[in-house]
Amino acid sequence: MQIDWLSFTPIPSLLGGALLGIAAALYVLLHGRILGISGIISGLLHPKPNDVVWRLALVLGLLTSPLWAALFFGIRPVVEIHTGWYAILIAGFLVGFGVQYGSGCTSGHGICGLSRLSPRSLVATLSFMGAGFLTVFILRHLIGG
Amino acid sequence: MKKHFGLFSQFAIGVLFGFGLIISGMSNPQKVLGFLDLAGPWDPSLIFVMVGAILVGLGGFYVVKNRSEAFFGGAFHIPTRKDISKALVIGSFIFGVGWGIAGICPGPAIVALGAGYLKALAFVVAMLVGMRICERFFSGHKHLPK
Repeated sequence: MQIDWLSFTPIPSLLGGALLGIAAALYVLLHGRILGISGIISGLLHPKPNDVVWRLALVLGLLTSPLWAALFFGIRPVVEIHTGWYAILIAGFLVGFGVQYGSGCTSGHGICGLSRLSPRSLVATLSFMGAGFLTVFILRHLIGG
Repeated sequence: MKKHFGLFSQFAIGVLFGFGLIISGMSNPQKVLGFLDLAGPWDPSLIFVMVGAILVGLGGFYVVKNRSEAFFGGAFHIPTRKDISKALVIGSFIFGVGWGIAGICPGPAIVALGAGYLKALAFVVAMLVGMRICERFFSGHKHLPK
């Protein structure tokens, strides 16, 4: 295994990760819920009374975060999407289907689930990480190589 | 009044989470793919993101154990299921395949959409369709935070 030292960003990643942890901890303490982005979004698909506005408020915060980062800190997020349009659509569909079927994504299972030592979330995290490693290996080294 | 504070808090936590994704580099799909590519030049940054998040998260969820009510009122909505179901494993695996194709998961998809990337819009629309179809045809599996 060869480390990509040029891309490796241990300090910003650790600090950014801590922010994610702070957000998840605040969320459960203040609002009593798991900060699982996929679950919060999917709840908007079948709107129930008193169950829509808070979801929208959170998604709006996430959606506008690049704007505030630019306005207050002069930071523009680096977003490089090299995946083609068809592949993006397939990926989006699989992610949506998978998180719904598997009850969570990187935030709900990965961050919150592991933070509360949930065995289900550990299994889910191992499953999606394993699938991610496998998929990239197949696409980049078996097919694309 | 408290209700409005609650909504603002939701919004602010959304912003904070977005900042975390931006600063950690996880809003960049290429960086995520750099982590998932074990056989290429490997970028271990995502491990540091998870460690940072979980160290803080452990404290937060530990405090919750000794409380009966959330600050903005109401009981805690924390999943209680313990069973390792097929749906959990298969669903997560399908999610991982999509994640491996594009390097995008739901949180960063919303951040990239907010940053104005059209491909993020396409991803989010496809993701909503995927969620809807799963929910429509596999409705036995309700999502976590209810």
